[in-house]
Amino acid sequence: MQHAEARQEDLSASREGRGRPATRDEVVVARHLEKRFGDFVAVDGIDFSVERGEVFGFLGPNGAGKTSTMRMVSCLSPVSGGELSVLGMEPNAHGPEIRRRLGLVPQDDTLDLELSVRDNLYLYGRYFDLPRREVRQRVERLLEFAHLSEKGDEEVDNLSGGMKRRLTIARALISEPELVILDEPTTGLDPQARHLLWDRLYRLKQEGVTLVITTHYMDEAEQLCDRLVVMDKGKIVAAGSPRQLIDTYSTREVAELRFGVDENAAAAERLAELAARVEVLPDRVLLYTDDGDEALRAALGLGLRPEASLVRRSSLEDVFLRLTGRSLVD
Amino acid sequence: MTVRPVFERSSVLSLRVLPPALLGRGMARRLVERNVIAYRRRWWILATGFFEPFFYLLSIGLGLGHLVGRLHLDGRLVAYAAYVAPGLLASSAMNGALFDSTFNVFFKLKIAKSYDAVLATPVEVGDIALGEVTWSLLRGAIYSFAFMCVMAAMGLVLSGWAVLCFGAATLVSFAFAGIGMGATCYMRSWQDFDYVSMASIPMFLFSAVFYPLSVYPGWLQVVVSLTPLYQGVDMIRELDAGLLTPALALHAGYLFALGLAGMAVAARRLGALLRP
Repeated sequence: MQHAEARQEDLSASREGRGRPATRDEVVVARHLEKRFGDFVAVDGIDFSVERGEVFGFLGPNGAGKTSTMRMVSCLSPVSGGELSVLGMEPNAHGPEIRRRLGLVPQDDTLDLELSVRDNLYLYGRYFDLPRREVRQRVERLLEFAHLSEKGDEEVDNLSGGMKRRLTIARALISEPELVILDEPTTGLDPQARHLLWDRLYRLKQEGVTLVITTHYMDEAEQLCDRLVVMDKGKIVAAGSPRQLIDTYSTREVAELRFGVDENAAAAERLAELAARVEVLPDRVLLYTDDGDEALRAALGLGLRPEASLVRRSSLEDVFLRLTGRSLVD
Repeated sequence: MTVRPVFERSSVLSLRVLPPALLGRGMARRLVERNVIAYRRRWWILATGFFEPFFYLLSIGLGLGHLVGRLHLDGRLVAYAAYVAPGLLASSAMNGALFDSTFNVFFKLKIAKSYDAVLATPVEVGDIALGEVTWSLLRGAIYSFAFMCVMAAMGLVLSGWAVLCFGAATLVSFAFAGIGMGATCYMRSWQDFDYVSMASIPMFLFSAVFYPLSVYPGWLQVVVSLTPLYQGVDMIRELDAGLLTPALALHAGYLFALGLAGMAVAARRLGALLRP
């Protein structure tokens, strides 16, 4: 019993900590971090640091090493090389202590299919050794937070994809963690479900929880992340705020022109001098320029007649394309 | 016979070389709590497991017993049903422990992947192994207790020492829970569970549940006496008859070692699978 009380004090102390303005202490620090599976190098010597209270993103295509990195940070997979510090501790030596203060939203929901929605949360709290009464209160709060209050007694299998995802997020919050790791939180969700989920993540951020998110959706990274790194083939290829990355690696605007499959390459040659950079994709030509409308007008002035065209702001997708020559989502 | 490697492992050695994670962090009871809550909504699944040994007792013990008549057991004349009952108690303890340590562990490990979520908490692989084995053992113990009540009610108990049969049956459950879970952690698909029936059904039929070991030729007696079920059957039968021999300690040690070894194998394998 005394144990439980001591722990509760700990938790309330950390909650107060959340309210403070972001100090510059680093919650996660990685130096030359590596993950190898036999001969395969999944994470190839990456450096990054996550500050308390920020939303930090890992953007990259499938197989870039994002999940392996998340699994090392959440102490689910041993570090193969380099240094990693999470909440000031080394994962290989202090796994359980770190996990006690960390919430994980894995890529697969991994919910307990034999338990109700409410019991999923309740037992997860018990895995953190929280006292029964405390967990029961938290469960009701989290059901509300996750918009699942009416589904408490349902079987998990009866929930929609979006609901399962929200339940998984609620589950990760049962221990009131300082750091929450979300591995592709919105993959496979419809737009409405994604927006509801983003809204919940904003709220967490406002409470001062540090969030680390992996995604292969550039709009998600732009919406949510204060800072992010772009990963490709196990390495970090760029780092900064979404705005910084766009400013550094792209232009203000992009004009997209579609000429029909066989004509894009030929058109691109004629467009070359109209923009700072021209990119040919299988289905369209991208003109990188600070004034998209002007570039489009100039293209029409050359006598080119695209089937369709649009001018848009530059996005992280363009950053990724510039850095790797490939699209984020195949 | 996928359970074979488990037999050859020395549990004492395994435990000594186990890293701390494999020994758990005292959180095993949370896994037990999880199973209690999961079964609260489906208690009738638990109830069905009781009937199998009970029906065997009626059909073989009483029914077939009519043809067999009474038989000599250590200088006493006993009904055939009273001879069979301790054997059925042991096999009930075995089956009860195997339900959860095999199928249900596999479901959580490979289908629902709920152990992945459990390991993101302070719980360690050793806690999972100990917790699931403990629950399986408890399920076996529930059936053993119910079956002993039936034995007593039918007047098939041979001596006061039979009270100790409950402890012995629980030890049988422990051994099979450990072996079952250790083997299950190596299974790749539901088809692999044929091995469980391939091991447990012949064991049930040939481990001297229904007739004495002495019907076999010498070499076969040795083989059969090495099966964990025979160890349990013999131990429970001796206790039931009030025969307290040094062999009891040997049986108990053998079963305990098997349970520990199975659990250690399970913890290690879970670590390799879930914490690559």
